[in-house]
Amino acid sequence: MNIKLKIWRQRNASSKGKFVEYQLNDVPAEASFLEMLDILNEQLVLKGDDPITFDHDCREGICGACGLYINGHPHGKFKNTTTCQLHMRKFKDGDTITVEPWRSEAFPIIKDLMVDRSALDKLIQAGGYISVHTGGVPDANAIPINKHKADLAMDAAACIGCGACVAACKNGSAMLFVGAKVSQFALLPQGEIESEDRVQKMVARMDALGFGSCSNTYACQAECPKGISVSNIARMNRHFFVAKIKK
Amino acid sequence: MHKKGLSSITKKLIMAVTGGGLVFFLMFHGAMNVVSIFSEDGYRWICEFLGANWYAIVGTIGLAILIALHLIYAFILSYQNFKARGKQRYAVNERPEGVSWASKNMLAIGAFVLFGLCFHLYDFWSKMQLAEINGNAPVDGIDQIKFIFSNNYFSIMYLLWLVAIWFHLSHGIASVMQSIGWSNIQWKRRLEFLGNFFAIIIVAMFASVVIYYWLIV
Amino acid sequence: MELNSKIPSGPLSEKWTKYKAEQKLVNPANKRKLDIIVVGTGLAGASAAASFGEMGFNVKVFCIQDSPRRAHSIAAQGGINAAKNYANDGDSVQRLFVDTIKGGDYRAREANVYRLAEVSNNIIDQCVAQGVPFARDYSGLLANRSFGGAQVSRTFYAKGQTGQQLLLGAYGALSKEIERGTVKMYARREMMDVVIVDGRARGIIVRNLVTGELERYSAHAVVIASGGYGRVFFLSTNAMSSNGSAAWQCYKKGACMANPCFTQIHPTCISVHGDYQSKLTLMSESLRNDGRIWVPKDAEKARLLREGKIKATDIPEEERDYYLERRYPAFGNLVPRDVASRAAKERCDAGYGVNNTGRAVYLDFKEAIQRLGKQAIEEKYGNLFEMYERIVDENPYVTPMMIYPAVHYTMGGLWVDYELQTTVKGLFAAGEANFSDHGANRLGASALMQGLSDGYFVLPYTMQNYLADQINVPHISTDLPEFEEAENAVKQKITKILAINGDETVDMIHRRLGRIMWEKVGMSRTEQGLKEAIEEIKQLREEFWQHVKVPNTEGMNNELEKALRVADFLEMGELIARDALMRNESCGGHFRVEYQTPDGEAKRDDEHYAFVAAYEFQGVDNEPLLHKEELKFENVELKQRNYK
Repeated sequence: MNIKLKIWRQRNASSKGKFVEYQLNDVPAEASFLEMLDILNEQLVLKGDDPITFDHDCREGICGACGLYINGHPHGKFKNTTTCQLHMRKFKDGDTITVEPWRSEAFPIIKDLMVDRSALDKLIQAGGYISVHTGGVPDANAIPINKHKADLAMDAAACIGCGACVAACKNGSAMLFVGAKVSQFALLPQGEIESEDRVQKMVARMDALGFGSCSNTYACQAECPKGISVSNIARMNRHFFVAKIKK
Repeated sequence: MHKKGLSSITKKLIMAVTGGGLVFFLMFHGAMNVVSIFSEDGYRWICEFLGANWYAIVGTIGLAILIALHLIYAFILSYQNFKARGKQRYAVNERPEGVSWASKNMLAIGAFVLFGLCFHLYDFWSKMQLAEINGNAPVDGIDQIKFIFSNNYFSIMYLLWLVAIWFHLSHGIASVMQSIGWSNIQWKRRLEFLGNFFAIIIVAMFASVVIYYWLIV
Repeated sequence: MELNSKIPSGPLSEKWTKYKAEQKLVNPANKRKLDIIVVGTGLAGASAAASFGEMGFNVKVFCIQDSPRRAHSIAAQGGINAAKNYANDGDSVQRLFVDTIKGGDYRAREANVYRLAEVSNNIIDQCVAQGVPFARDYSGLLANRSFGGAQVSRTFYAKGQTGQQLLLGAYGALSKEIERGTVKMYARREMMDVVIVDGRARGIIVRNLVTGELERYSAHAVVIASGGYGRVFFLSTNAMSSNGSAAWQCYKKGACMANPCFTQIHPTCISVHGDYQSKLTLMSESLRNDGRIWVPKDAEKARLLREGKIKATDIPEEERDYYLERRYPAFGNLVPRDVASRAAKERCDAGYGVNNTGRAVYLDFKEAIQRLGKQAIEEKYGNLFEMYERIVDENPYVTPMMIYPAVHYTMGGLWVDYELQTTVKGLFAAGEANFSDHGANRLGASALMQGLSDGYFVLPYTMQNYLADQINVPHISTDLPEFEEAENAVKQKITKILAINGDETVDMIHRRLGRIMWEKVGMSRTEQGLKEAIEEIKQLREEFWQHVKVPNTEGMNNELEKALRVADFLEMGELIARDALMRNESCGGHFRVEYQTPDGEAKRDDEHYAFVAAYEFQGVDNEPLLHKEELKFENVELKQRNYK
């Protein structure tokens, strides 16, 4: 198939970017979106042009590195799909595809379609863990955990940290990311012990890093490639108020 | 790495609690209006009850505080959210499935509701409770309703205003439950259903009065 | 050079206890004075760095991705083994040890493997305490499943995302230490060289991938946890940025590379579909618990399948050849990976392959869905099925999956002793980057176990033993001439690559290398083919240095990153082929066509090849020096693996 691409090009964080159009012919339908960009990049390199920079790694939808805003949606418009899992058979011959980087104040652009998501790491550093240290822990089966709760915790823990929620949110908010982490641990007895401290620290860090707040549009849930539920945000809100009241 | 002031979630809580309070007020207000269809005397009694009595004035002040807080934090949050979005916007942006139009436009809808509110306060409140507080005789409630809604333009404007209120409530009520943390996977859809249900009931109560006096009386 | 594995004396089951009791320690006040560099943030790197930080060392951690959470450990699906015996099916440390040694075809060191089995239970305890949401029964207790190469259910799992959850656990621990300030994280940095001062590893040179600048970092010890070199085959299940370069620089600086030819081909990957393909996707081995592997009995039917004239569902039960169940009735579909891979290749070579390329076999869930219900299957493998459907555009609940073997893991790696120290003092290697625990073949759900064992429970001990006599060494200056020299060498290499400005992209050359490797150094190897491969790789390497085209862009330059890695792959490939040629036997992932039993099984030669082959670098164009570490098996009986 033949397609037209409108891709955001920007040399570095401080320079001004613009859209550049590329015509790409004979794209195999079985190729993934990123393989299509590989094909384009190979052509660019051979022509002596600078290839398009984008983040990608595992290419099987789990590392969370890839993330392109494709035709108005993070990771494209298909549900539960990361950019690397999007295949060209989902497009039609002659389509024009607009590709943009994640846009949010907390994610400055590094180059072209690559953004700096280290703010997400900083959020986890604020308390997105259980503070055990290596060794000296009880037997794994010492604390039985309700299967239903363990499953909910797993669903929340499925987050791949790609940042699509922030990219999709009109407020550039990281509530789904933080809510999922807070929920995962609040649901488990091991994590509940410090859940009040955790939620306060993580929310404070979220505000400090310049993320926006939630206005319950649920675009994050709709665009999350792992289908993480906004009920995690409600749970976080609840824990946050309880923590504040007790304090 | 801490920021001073209220956290973003606390601000959201203020929005939710004030919004929730206003929803209760609307139910109360709507129910009173409906009385006018069934009993003009009954409605007059309510108007009198809510005149320049101390409890009605306290209620009005409380209501004004709710609205003011709701407004102030709406603007604070919207401004912060606007900044968080970044300077460069998407060239192509599509609303994903499952995201309501209202939810993305609450500020604009709210502004329209506020705009309508000013007219509404002028039309009714200034001539009733406010007049009484100022020591003047209030107008008769039923007469004023008949006067306003006998006018085609006013009636259409009021109906449009109610549509905006409906949009605002259709997202707002369920959103309150989410913000205060009462929602979960099972209850999210039920709450959204209830939110919509109450939004329709509230708007229907007001609209029925407009339509009744505009087209029937 | 003398290889000294430093295995403690005494009975096997007491060696580790004895080591820990006798090792030297560093007191808390002194730990603060000591720096440790960790390269890589996968299971091994992140867990080691977090543990070092908790102990009070100053830690510097490096990863090439934008975040430590992206390391490729995250993609492991199936699970992690431990000898908990929660299933009450007769498991024990001894049995996990025996299974792992046997699964590795008796080419691993007994003492290391026993220690791995021993600490496996601590890993599960640790991860549960960290909040890893392992699957549970309705009782609230942990659930297990079985995996290839074992007759017990000892695998713990978190849906099909076990690697992700374990890595996020380790990443959480790492984040906690970053917040505390004991660990300093350097993301988007690629190690370019290791710096050796007076015979000890004292630092590294890294390239800042964002600015393109070279940076120097020093420490009292360096840990390499940078994963394996599977991408030497171009197509593999590894991530795009996975590479063997960090370990390769260590090799070039004097650390021995051990058993490089032991590469694992995973039997259940989604089959190849085209030339532009950048990577292969693994379908967890756990699928073999419930999926049955087959091809048609009739080659004519296979031809019709290939031509798309009939569908898998058109073939009646009696015309299906469940070849693994037929050949290996005891283990059936759960034979080890190497056995399953070769059996698939054998069927496809014989003309029974089922997809358009003729390089695929079926993995069928029909029987399991009938037996357990669709919902149970969905619960166990839902995300894997979804993943398959997204890639292939077919629904595996209805039509069987098409799978084929692909390069997945490298058992070989930097030679390390019992303390995980390489032949260079102060240079340690952990996880897939070392060679230690899997012998010639790794069992499913053992990689996660090894990575975490090395990081949480082995290195924190052995590192202290090494650093105990370093407490008087002050922080190392990066102005030392050794740093200068190493940085200049890297600079020159980069300048040289950028100056070529040829007519082939890095990927073009990498793809060609991959083809040579897959055809001649892949699943079945011959003397003739290996000799050819060595020559072809040498030629390709020359071509690379004359014809590669890398844009001379300042700052971020992905093509340059790839070029630097491929330059190393072109040297690595040759070493793999040389090792495969040297090893005149078939064992585990290494199958030499000349050495097989009459019914096509791998034939080991324990008399001549029961050793670890450790290579010492002698210059790129010279043959490396082979050192042999004899493997002594005192606790298991060497026998032909038999899964029949």
